Amino acid sequence: MARLNVNGKDRNFDAEPTTPLLWVLREQLGLTGTKYGCGIAQCGACTVHIDGQPIRSCMRPVSTVMASQKVVTIEGLAPNASHPLQKAWVELDVPQCGFCQSGMLMAAAALLKKKPAPSDGDIDEAMTNICRCGTYNRVRAAIHLAAKSDKA
Amino acid sequence: MTAITTVSRRRFLGSSAATAGALVVGFHIPDSPLVSPAAAQGAPGEINAWVMIKPDDTVVVRIARSEMGQGTLTGLAQLVAEELECDWSKVTTEYPTPGQNVARNRVWQNFSTGGSRGIRESNDYVRKGGAAARMMLVKAAADGWGVPLHECTAANGRVLHGASGRSARYGELAGAAAKLAPPTEITLKDPKTWKIAGKPLKRLDTAPKVDGSQVYGMDLRLPGMLNAAIKDCPVFGGKVKSFDAAAVARRPGVKKVVAVGDSAVAVVADTWWHAKTALDALPIQWDEGANAGTSSSDVAQMLKAGLTADEAVAANKVGDVKAALAGAARTIEAVYSYPHQNHACMEVMNATARWTPQRCEVWCPTQNGEAAFAATVEASGLTSAQCDVHKIHLGGGFGRRGMTDYVRQAVAIAKEMPGTPVKLIWSREEDMLHGRYHPITQCRLVAGLDKDNNVSALHMRISGQSILAAVFPQNVRNGLDPVVFQGLNPPGPEASIGYTVPNLLIDHAMRNPPVPPGFWRGVNLNQNTIYLECFIDEIAATTQQDPLALRRKLMSNHPKHLAVLDEVADKVGWDKPAPRGVYRGLAQTMGFGSYVAACAEVSVSDAGELKIHRIVAATDCGHAVNPQQIEAQVEGSFVYGLSAALFQECTLKNGRIEQTNFDSYPVLQMKHMPKVETHIKASGGFWGGVGEPTIAVAAPAVLNAIFAATGKRVRQLPLKDQSLKRA
Repeated sequence: MARLNVNGKDRNFDAEPTTPLLWVLREQLGLTGTKYGCGIAQCGACTVHIDGQPIRSCMRPVSTVMASQKVVTIEGLAPNASHPLQKAWVELDVPQCGFCQSGMLMAAAALLKKKPAPSDGDIDEAMTNICRCGTYNRVRAAIHLAAKSDKA
Repeated sequence: MTAITTVSRRRFLGSSAATAGALVVGFHIPDSPLVSPAAAQGAPGEINAWVMIKPDDTVVVRIARSEMGQGTLTGLAQLVAEELECDWSKVTTEYPTPGQNVARNRVWQNFSTGGSRGIRESNDYVRKGGAAARMMLVKAAADGWGVPLHECTAANGRVLHGASGRSARYGELAGAAAKLAPPTEITLKDPKTWKIAGKPLKRLDTAPKVDGSQVYGMDLRLPGMLNAAIKDCPVFGGKVKSFDAAAVARRPGVKKVVAVGDSAVAVVADTWWHAKTALDALPIQWDEGANAGTSSSDVAQMLKAGLTADEAVAANKVGDVKAALAGAARTIEAVYSYPHQNHACMEVMNATARWTPQRCEVWCPTQNGEAAFAATVEASGLTSAQCDVHKIHLGGGFGRRGMTDYVRQAVAIAKEMPGTPVKLIWSREEDMLHGRYHPITQCRLVAGLDKDNNVSALHMRISGQSILAAVFPQNVRNGLDPVVFQGLNPPGPEASIGYTVPNLLIDHAMRNPPVPPGFWRGVNLNQNTIYLECFIDEIAATTQQDPLALRRKLMSNHPKHLAVLDEVADKVGWDKPAPRGVYRGLAQTMGFGSYVAACAEVSVSDAGELKIHRIVAATDCGHAVNPQQIEAQVEGSFVYGLSAALFQECTLKNGRIEQTNFDSYPVLQMKHMPKVETHIKASGGFWGGVGEPTIAVAAPAVLNAIFAATGKRVRQLPLKDQSLKRA
């Protein structure tokens, strides 16, 4: 048995040390909001936070995550979807199929923590997640909206 | 341990008719009985197949088409709610299952969701479903009050009797209404009076997509479920020679290694990660078959030969092109090509199946619930009454999920584990190697000009792959695959060409390489629009005419095509110069029932680096059901179309696809994304699709702008392989 702190709770699980954090979250802990898209850290659908940093969980062996570190997934981003980004996402009807949106939101949340009022350039740099439906422009608008509303 | 099952690979094909340019997903359910009305019992509160109303006034609208991000679920609900006169805030939706559809004699009609047909094909009968339910609710109220029907009206989820001031909620009336005979004559509202449809309402399915609670096929969890990973022969047409199941039997969590058909092997394990890693370690010998020596250069040669072949099938023929070209003052000629591409849905292919000798159930993201059902029935070896398919929201579809290969595999694997649900998930690599690829074609265009530079003749010879020949061969008649000619058809309501040329010949020499083709969002309209719109631009450049002016001259008989082009030219300010260093390109087309145009503004640095600054787009889809969702589809279409134009090509080497993941098959990212301004010019009177047509103008608008910027004419995609450095 190994242990992770996920969304504020200590969770025990049983997996080989090389298992990617993604699959522990999805298959051992039942947190399926974090998605598998590529398995090679290219698409960003598996983005979660470790101690506030956005990481791509599909290539991160679970054994390298300390029990003392705080893992946050989309399910734990904010109670009742109350994060300013989640509200902005709803306000602007951002998702289409929605599959990449957990990763988009987690990447955007980490960006806002670092830069509360990001420029378009900051967004371009931080948001390298792939979306096939094509929500990029609404994602950008929603990040700006959340940045504004968070200040207000 | 190594149980070999043979799964029939016979295709499941039915008799559905092909309409020009439409995505036709045929199927046939072998033993579907025509069910007597007595067996077609609905749920309590069901007014009719489309509308169920609960005592608390909640309205459940049944949605037969699949939601894969395109917003159809919300749009269809708006259409039903509009006619129903219900309270929009009380509307929820549910998917009937294909099994229920069969049991109720296809009361929900077609489930297929492709070809941008979700709304345009079903709007009439879903609106009638809403209207019929409203009429029954009104009659129930009038009967209850003992007042004349015509004195009662319906609004916002209530029936009112003006004279007496009485009113009743739909939730109170539903029980009585459900017992009434449905009306035989139904008059639909004039769209000009719409209050719910036609409005930019929010989607109904957003909330669970922002907190991780939306369940996609990949996320499904059933009690006692196992997981499977699969590997199909990487060479198209190859087979499994042998595999050594014992080599992975003791790996953690592994339950079974199974052959799936004659070309694939799957590992079933407690978790998918265990299944996938065991499969990676499994020694498999392949019989690579006849295609093992085929590569992209062979395919290109094969298509090139078709460009000048004597034999070809014409779909659009006016006058005498041969004579007109021979007599032309000058001719212009160019050859274009378009590659194979993978859909690369964000959610890889997956399906979950549970099989027993008496019952087979499948849970899957599918664009065609009935085709998935037919595949389930066949693969399970059971009757249709013993099977059902539960549709799950799709993590992208784009045409890929109209196919049923992954459903068949899941059922075949589940048959090896009777009673245990098994979730099959493909790896991204499997998804890239076993797509149903955008068909590859080349096109040779020859234009004849008279001494005043009028276009007197145009010959477009398309050489290449036919989707229908591979997927629905019964729909290829006299060698003609109508899908190949999308956007190039004679004047008419579907995919018609927007130019009048006195001598015109558009023909196709079919050449089918050993790469399975499929309907890829936008389908053949994508490459056809590149070919035609870039070539029109070439004619304009060669004859020193303004690209807009030349188009306007050729489009005078095509007012709807011209209206969206004019809109774009007006909104971009075509008559004024672009910002310094920025160049413009135009494109227009018609397909999936709609008219679209775009103007791209780009710059190209001295080093050849492309930047797309802005795209102005216009769409005439006839009736606009949800304008803000149409905007989302138009924006998304540029992402899909520009990803394809800039980055995407699937090449063949030794019979297998070389691109295995997003590192070798890149996708447009935020940093590449231009501003998009969408203008909806819904002219009314017809129903056009919006999910696909705009994709087709993305690439040619940008390519024409690149020419304006650099003088370089790009005739081969993707752009990442082309130098844009000024000569």
